[in-house]
Amino acid sequence: MAQHRFQPGDPVTVVDAAPMGHVRTPTYCKGKSGVVERVCGRFPNPEELAMGRDGLPEKSMYRVRFLQTDIWPDYEGPAEDSIDIELYDHWLTPAEKGA
Amino acid sequence: MSHPHDHGHDHHHDHDHGHDHDHGHDHSKTFRPDIPDELTYYKKLEIAVRELLIEKGIITPEEVRQTVEAMDRRSPEGGARVTARAWVDPDFKERLLKNGTEAVEELGIKMGPTKLVVVENTDEVHNVIVCTLCSCYPRMLLGVPPDWYKQRAYRSRVVKEPRTVLKEFGTEIPADVTLRVHDSTADMRYMVLPRRPAGTEGMSEEDLAGLVGRDTMIGVAVVDRKTSPS
Repeated sequence: MAQHRFQPGDPVTVVDAAPMGHVRTPTYCKGKSGVVERVCGRFPNPEELAMGRDGLPEKSMYRVRFLQTDIWPDYEGPAEDSIDIELYDHWLTPAEKGA
Repeated sequence: MSHPHDHGHDHHHDHDHGHDHDHGHDHSKTFRPDIPDELTYYKKLEIAVRELLIEKGIITPEEVRQTVEAMDRRSPEGGARVTARAWVDPDFKERLLKNGTEAVEELGIKMGPTKLVVVENTDEVHNVIVCTLCSCYPRMLLGVPPDWYKQRAYRSRVVKEPRTVLKEFGTEIPADVTLRVHDSTADMRYMVLPRRPAGTEGMSEEDLAGLVGRDTMIGVAVVDRKTSPS
């Protein structure tokens, strides 16, 4: 039984969307690709909680690791520098390996 | 013991304070206005909700006071204890990095509804914590966050130019060490496990904890034997 859609090591791309209301996806990573670092578990959807609803069904939540040079084209620093961001399942789509 | 300023000199104020402070300086030069206590929208909202909850008997004013007091009592000392334990006990460190929430409970620290992720600084990776969306902070381990942690300048700059920001904190990360930023955007809280400084082999766990300052567990500083927190 696959409880989570993605597993550590899976390449993913962040959905580039700007829905109304409260979201916990930082704008700077929208449309960017990274790799799942770990599965954090399942949590109530904060976008629903912010509307006063129960946030159910819970969403899988992941930590996704991005290369800084992918996030900021003008990043000044070693190519290995990275940033880890917590992202909910519905904000992620599968990406090509090595993309 | 009598206060030297209480008696024996003829300075007096020409107005009545109703209390006996009697120091010799001119108040017109030291006057500072009170911090304006403006009732903003959210302050009014907080008061309204709190008073309603009290009126309906759901919480008591004493519980509110106790909770504020308990929140203010938390300090980086908790995180320092966790760090020192991880330095002296490799098995604890392994549990801490695998499941921070459960491991800190061994030391009596409860994370509450959020989960703890501990990230380890090594000779290859240096970690730094931020919350770009608001100001999520591991208060259970580090107490009340410093003002700069909540300010826009830190939150927006440390994700984009972390090495420059760390340099401003006096922390230079060598180019052959990977710098990893952790944006605490949702349900996890982060603590950096700093590197144990060289030359501390013989030190007790308690003395080691004394070396570990708040900023080293946010990741904007490194633990130095000579610059332990006061």
